This record gives sequence, C-alpha cells and structure tokens, in this order.
Amino acid sequence: MALAFDEFGRPFIILKEQEQKTRLRGLDAQKANIASGKAVARILRTSLGPKGMDKMLQSPDGDVTITNDGATILEQMDVDNQIAKLMVELSRSQDYEIGDGTTGVVVMAGALLEQAEKLLERGIHPIRIAEGYELASRIAFEHLEHIAHKFEFSATNIEPLIQTCMTTLSSKIVNRCKRSLAEIAVKAVLAVADLERKDVNLDLIKVEGKVGGKLEDTELIYGIVVDKDMSHPQMPKQIEDAKIAILTCPFEPPKPKTKHKVDIDTVEKFQTLRQQEQKYFDDMVQKCKDVGATLVICQWGFDDEANHLLMHRNLPAVRWVGGVELELIAIATGGRIVPRFQELTPEKLGRAGLVREKAFGTTKDRMIYIEHCANSRAVTIFIRGGNKMMIEETKRSLHDALCVARNLIRNNSIVYGGGSAEISCSIAVEAAADKYPGVEQYAIRAFADALDAIPMALAENSGLQPIETLSAVKSQQIKENNCCCGIDCNDIGTNDMREQNVFETLIGKQQQILLATQVVKMILKIDDVISPSDY
Amino acid sequence: MAVDKLFKDEATEEKGERARMASFIGAMAIADLVKTTLGPKGMDKILQSTGRGHSVTVTNDGATILKSLHIDNPAAKVLVDISKVQDDEVGDGTTSVVVLAGELLREAEKLVNAKIHPMTIISGYRMAAECSRNALLEKVVDNKLDAEKFKADLMKIAMTTLSSKILSQDKEHFAKLAVDAVMRLKGSTNLEAIQIIKKPGGSLKESFLDEGFILDKKIGVGQPKRIENAKILVANTAMDTDKVKIYGARVRVDSMAKVAEIEVAEKEKMREKVQKIINHGINCFVNRQLIYNFPEELFADAGVLAIEHADFDGIERLALVTGGEIASTFDNPESVKLGHCKLIEEIMIGEDRLIHFSGVELGQACTIVLRGASPHMLDEAERSLHDALCVLSQTVNDSRVLLGGGWPEMVMAKAVDELARKTPGKRSHAIEAFSRALVAIPTTIADNAGLDSAELVAQLRAEHHKEGSTAGIDVISGCVGDMAELGISEAFKVKQAVLLSATEAAEMILRVDEIITCAPRRREDRM
Repeated sequence: MALAFDEFGRPFIILKEQEQKTRLRGLDAQKANIASGKAVARILRTSLGPKGMDKMLQSPDGDVTITNDGATILEQMDVDNQIAKLMVELSRSQDYEIGDGTTGVVVMAGALLEQAEKLLERGIHPIRIAEGYELASRIAFEHLEHIAHKFEFSATNIEPLIQTCMTTLSSKIVNRCKRSLAEIAVKAVLAVADLERKDVNLDLIKVEGKVGGKLEDTELIYGIVVDKDMSHPQMPKQIEDAKIAILTCPFEPPKPKTKHKVDIDTVEKFQTLRQQEQKYFDDMVQKCKDVGATLVICQWGFDDEANHLLMHRNLPAVRWVGGVELELIAIATGGRIVPRFQELTPEKLGRAGLVREKAFGTTKDRMIYIEHCANSRAVTIFIRGGNKMMIEETKRSLHDALCVARNLIRNNSIVYGGGSAEISCSIAVEAAADKYPGVEQYAIRAFADALDAIPMALAENSGLQPIETLSAVKSQQIKENNCCCGIDCNDIGTNDMREQNVFETLIGKQQQILLATQVVKMILKIDDVISPSDY
Repeated sequence: MAVDKLFKDEATEEKGERARMASFIGAMAIADLVKTTLGPKGMDKILQSTGRGHSVTVTNDGATILKSLHIDNPAAKVLVDISKVQDDEVGDGTTSVVVLAGELLREAEKLVNAKIHPMTIISGYRMAAECSRNALLEKVVDNKLDAEKFKADLMKIAMTTLSSKILSQDKEHFAKLAVDAVMRLKGSTNLEAIQIIKKPGGSLKESFLDEGFILDKKIGVGQPKRIENAKILVANTAMDTDKVKIYGARVRVDSMAKVAEIEVAEKEKMREKVQKIINHGINCFVNRQLIYNFPEELFADAGVLAIEHADFDGIERLALVTGGEIASTFDNPESVKLGHCKLIEEIMIGEDRLIHFSGVELGQACTIVLRGASPHMLDEAERSLHDALCVLSQTVNDSRVLLGGGWPEMVMAKAVDELARKTPGKRSHAIEAFSRALVAIPTTIADNAGLDSAELVAQLRAEHHKEGSTAGIDVISGCVGDMAELGISEAFKVKQAVLLSATEAAEMILRVDEIITCAPRRREDRM
C-alpha cells in the first residue's frame, strides 16, 4: 500500500516498517473512529440528568471512586483508543472552561457521530458533513442567544443563583441536601467575587473535606481551615484578634546555601558558637514578638528549642503549612508572606478575628480555623460525609456548582434546562435546514436529530418512554411557541422548566455545542489511522 | 473492530445488571462475614496476617476484622470504608453498620429483580431513613441534668457495649472502669488522656484504673525511688551530646591536647545545662530524648529523679496531668511552669517495674492497667475497652440515650411500616424493604445467640404494637424482655450514625450501573 515507485520502476518505502503497523484507511477508518467515539458516549449516557446512575471506577492501585461526573469518569477510565482519548480531552476542556456539563458534551458528540455514520453510508463526503455540522452549530449557537433570558440577581437577592446551582447538584449523589449545598456554593462565590469586574477567582475558595459526621454538617467558613495543629500541645487553642506573622523561613539554625565549613579548633570558638546559636533562636522569636505578632504560621519545621521558646513567650505557632494554604492565609488576613525574619514589620502582619483549634471524632484529628479575617476574600467550604468516596464526590459536585455560579456572575444569561434548550435548538436548526441548498442540508438535519439525543437520554434515564415523551414535548414547544418545555425528570407534573426552576448557563450550553461539533469535525476528517501493532 | 479495544489491556468493564450483581454480591458477602459477630452471643474471628511471623489476632470488632481483609470487590470496599469511619467517629457499632447496609442491599436486590428502578428504591430508602431518625428522636431519653441518672445511663451503655466483647465476663468491673475514666475527662473527648497499659499475667479481673499516671519506664540508677511532693520538669531536649546545630560546624584540631580541651568544654556545657535544669528547683526531670550516663550521674548527684526516653504521647500526657509545660530551653527558671504531684514511686505490676505518679494536680488524665492471660487477650480487651471509652465520651457530649437489645430497630421498623402504608407509588415497596432490613438486626442477634429468631422477632413485633413498649430481646434468658428493667441502653449518637451511614453507603452502591476496573498496577519483580 504505502509503496511507491520511482521513475525507474524501483519500489521505495514511504512508511517505515509498515508490516509492524496496523493501518485503517478511508471509510473503514471513519467507521472505526465513529464506533469508538460512540462507545465512550454510551458509557456516559446513563449518567445524564437527575436520575442518572453512577459509575464505580477502580484505579490501578485498587482505590474506588464512585461518581457521575463525566470528566472524572473519563479521566480515570484508562482509555487506550486514540479516538476515545479525544473524547476524554473534550470532556476535560469543558471541565476547564465551564466546569459543568461534562457528561452532556460527550453524549452530544456521540450523537453527532452516530448521525454522521448514517450520512456516510449514504455516500456523503465527510468534509461536507463537517461543514454542515459547522453551519448547524452556528445556527444553534445564535438560537441559544435568542432564547436566553437575562437574569437578575444582586448581592442581596441570591435566590436565582441558588436555583441554578441546585439544577447542577440535582444530578449528583448529594441531591439529598442540594439546597444547603447550593446556598454554600453561591455564598462562597459571592464572597470572593469581584462584582465590578464580573470576575471570580475560584482559587480563593478552598474545599476541604474530613470524613465523619453527616453531609448536612457541611459548612461554609469565612476564613481558612488548615489541617494542622499547634506546634506545641500546650499552646492556647483559641486566639482572638490574632495578628499573624506568615513566614517561609524555618525556626532553625541558619543554613547558608553556599557551601561552607565552620571549623572549631579552640575552646573559645566552641563557646562562642554555642552562645551565638542560643542568641539566634532568641532573636528569631524576639523579632516576631517585637512586631506584635500573636500567631506565627510557618511553612517549615521548628527546632525543639525554638518551639519551646515560642511557647514560653506565649506565641502560638503552626508549622508545616503548605505553600498554597499559606498564600490563601495571606490573602484572607491581608498579611504578607515574609521570607526572612529581618523583613518582619508590623504592616506585614495579617489579621484575623478568631483563630481556633477544633478536634474531630475519636481519633486525634485537629484542624485550625482562621476566621473573621481582615479581608474575607478567601473562604473555605468544609465538607463532612459518611465516607471517603462520598466526600470526594461531594467535592466534585461542589466544584461544578461553584463553576456554575461563577459563570453566572460573568455572564448572567441563562437558558432553561431539562433538555428544553436542545429541543428548541433542534426545532430551529430543522427549520433552517431547508433554506440551504446542497448536500449540507442533510448534515444540518442530522445535527437537529443529534440535538434530540440529550432530552432523549434524559427521558430514558428517568424511566419515561423516550420517543413518546420527546415527541410530545416537541410538539408542545411548537404549538405553544414556548421554548421552556423540557423533560419532566422528577415527575413533578409540569413540562414547563420555568415552573420547575431548572436553569443552565447560556455559556455552558453554547460551549457544549461548539466543543462537541469541533471534536466531531476533527474525527470526521481522519481518513487514515496508522498505529503500531501490538507487540 | 476498534470498539472492543477501548480500554487498556486487562482493564475490565461491567455494565448494567452484571455490575449491580457484582456489587450486591460483594457487599452482601462482607456483611455475612461479620454478621456472626453481632450481639452479646456473637462469635469471634481469628485473623492471621500474611506478614512475617503470621501474627494472630482474635477479635469480634467489625472494624478490626474488615481493616485486615484484602478485598478486591469495589462495593465491598465501600462497606469497609463506612465501618472504618464509624470506628473513627463514634467508636462502636462498626459491625451493625455493615450488617445494616448489607441487609439494605439484599432487600434492594429483590426489588431490582422485581423491576423497580434503583432511583425509586433510593428515594424510598431516603424517606424511610429520615422517618426512622425522627422516630428515634421522639423516643430518646436525655438525663443530662440529673447527674445521678446520667451516670447510671453511662454505666448501662458501657455494660451494653462491653457485653458483646471478650470482657463480658467482668463487664461490670470494666464498665465501672470506663465510666470513671471518662467522667474524669469532664466532657472533653480527648481520649489520649486515658492511657491503657497492657501487662500480661494475672486475670482480667485484676485490671484497675489508676487515678494517677503510670509511666512505663525505669528510674535511673542510684536515683531516689520515691519522692514526695515532687516538682516535675517535663522536657524535650537533647541530653546526649547536645551538639551545635549551626550547619557545617565541625571540629578540626591539630593536636590531642586540643581534643581533650574541647571534650572538657563539651562536658562543661552539659554540666551547665544540667545545673540550669536543677536550678529550676525540681526533684524530678522527665525527658523525651535520651539522657546519657554523664548527665544522669549529675542528676543522681543532685538527688533529682531523671527519667529518659519517655515517648511523645507520654510526655504530652504527663504535661497534661501534672500541669507543667514541656520545656526545651532552661534559661529563665522563674517563668517555666513546673508540674506537681504528691508522690512518685516505683511500683511493681507483675514482674515489671513502673513509675507511678499519684496525687497529680489536674485530675483529667488517668491510666487503666489491663491484666490478662495472653497478649491476644489483652489486645482484644484493649479494643473492647476503647470502643466503650469512645462511646462514653461521645455520650458525655450528646447525652441522648436509647434502649438496646433490638429495641431501637423495632421502633424504627414500626414507624417506617406506617410510613409505607401512607406513601403512594412504588416507593412504598422500598420503604417496606427498609423496615425489613431494620428487623434483620434483632433477627441476627437472636440467631447468633442460638434462639428461635422467627418466633422471637414476631413476639417482639407484637409487643411493640402497644404504645410505649420497652420490649427487646433478652439474649441471656432467651425470650422477649423489658429493656428498661434489664438496663440495656445504647447511645443515640451511635444508632444515628449507624442508620445514616448504612443508608448512605447502600445508596451509593445502588446508584452504580457500571464498574470499570483498571488493570492492576504491575509491581516490579524484585528478584
């Protein structure tokens, strides 16, 4: 195959060692690619929606993860197939960009591929399909903007935000207390949001989990929680109006980085060295004390002697605090991270209203709470739950909810959920298809069919008759000219998503359609797969 | 074609019914494994480790059994995990939580086979769990205000917890030990303050609670064996060579004489340090690190009792009891807080000599000395006592109490049954199933005791039909008895945690419809 002949009729090799590589070409390649893309989508399909099921994943080390977050499932699935890897990437980019809808985007891509397969069988060129999809996605994109609602909220009226977060959380295992978690997520985002610039730095929200207790005990702390305890067991467990020195230098004898040796050859030198050492420790503690610090948080360890001196001078301290946490503490308390004792000044101290140590359960788990900070721009969500997997899953769910809240602050347009937006787009695309001359028309129509896949999966997962339900909702949308009709997953009794308060963000939906189309286009354009064969 | 090679080699995927089957079977297997240890007549398990020596553990503590198992089934891991959390959080009920979760899944399997969607089952279970919790909340007794009664409650709880363990022979004795120890904590849940020392020999009955503090160490040679009105300095400092810590320092000399000089200086430094310590006006010095012979001798000369190498926990605890602070520098003796105690003496337990601090300033900490025939026995006794202590300390904080012996399960089952009757739709099947799972616990208790469980549970159910019944299974006499009279109580917090975590775990496993197992990481063969 990959053999060409030069002008003298001698063969030469284009592909090195081609016997050892497997190769798929033309329609076969496209079909194989589509089949594997669909296989991935099929795995995620049952996880979609509020009645979606979870997947249990066992990692190579035997750890168990239970989740229905699309991105997490795909990430941990240990996929080998190249196309499947593309789908994994797709879900990941949705996760990075939007944070929610990671399952939906894969299901969407799977549906597009399925439709493309049918068109390929009818002999339509893949590039034409790709172009048709591109056109259709643009129509859908604009239509979404058209049906989107602006949605008003302010720092005082956060109810709409909570509703949106609840939609996100309702598909997770935590939906038992989605209300309280949604409130926590919204409050957390608002606490760190810059409403002027419409920007949210999610790094300022720390999500910390501890096994034990109930999910209902999950709380939002306006401050930082550090999983550490006081360096000396007898230091006070509670400090009010703390002035915090944040240090990145150890309370240990100096270690110059240049190589050096201190030679001791006389008794005098030995004596002075000893005194210096003592003085050094004393100075360090004195410096902290001099600037008025009442709490020391240090990235490094303490020498035993320094530890006692701190205790002795009534200066509580926390050691081995991680770099990220240190930064958060600095942000929250308005302090500066000080790399050297000499540079410690009163202005560089952080302030917090209350610092306390709290113990959990019967084992000696203690955590330090830093609350009422000068600058409450950093918050912590502290999750409790029955077991480790529950906490991990709650963390992921909360991450989704936080992302949604952030997206709403960035752009306050919403579309209605429950598949209503997809159905509406499908109708619009279908209608637009007829206007296009040429083969693309078929591709555009196929796109409309693919859009139906999401409400269909929703209905299927909720135990409804998928085709019957979908056609009923679709006709209702057209008849009433109401783009808010969707699938009634929770059996509430109305199809109107406005009444059910099920929203999704506009950018989330738009991104889903764009990303899915892009990946599908890419997959369709592949007509030759060369892979090293198994050895 | 390409589809069947979606995953890497050896990764497996199980879907739908098969996945659900796999997780049900795994979870039920685990539940059945620990089932026979439930209740006062539950049996023990022998665990043999695969490590060197094949050490043997005999236990009936659910968490301990499950912790030592090597499990491959992911659903089973979820159950092991909840039992571990139960152990960390409340300390007891580790078996019950697994058995309940297993029963919930067993019932769920039947429902799934009857074509009820897992999500419907979950929502039914949730309603039932909420309803059971409310039923329990209505029935709790809180005796916090009445100190006498509260203590009696604690005593009952301790006896109930211990009755299923190896200590059941002397449960009154140990219950008293545990209650006394926890009462001394005065509401704190810091169980570190209770030290348990195990010494083989003697019988379990000879175990005792010591109000003071016992340190498993020897007194240095030539130092006083008995000190009255001791002033104690608790320290964490190097008493070996006390090297200069400045980095890169080293001794470089050119003659033997200099070496000798430096040696003298070093000794002088140590002598100074010892002098400083003695200047605190102490007569007992406890250090976490080693004390070399030279400083030890100096201490002996000064008539100070020096104890070396006390472990870290020991130091913290000692500081806690004696009210002293842990010191590492000794330059200002006037501001260091010293610990006090009335009497330090060396005591003998069995063959071993221990140091006993009595008449300590803060009465929070105490020591329980366990005696027993063999190390296995002692290990199990320690675990049992630990369970009891955990439960008690949690009860001190949350003083709500329930009756035991299957009573709470019957109360919950009754409430849940009523809820099922009121609920329309398929969920009611799930709610009924929940109540059946609850009844499985008293059934298991009766079965383990070799009683006719079907008969007993039916009788019990009839008893409970009356309002305000206090009936439960009396395993000793083998019939339905009045739990209030028999004095069998359990802590509300434990029951609540069992209920909630078991439901949560069952829910998690039910929601799964696909299991993807990655290929196990290959270990490099180290030949």
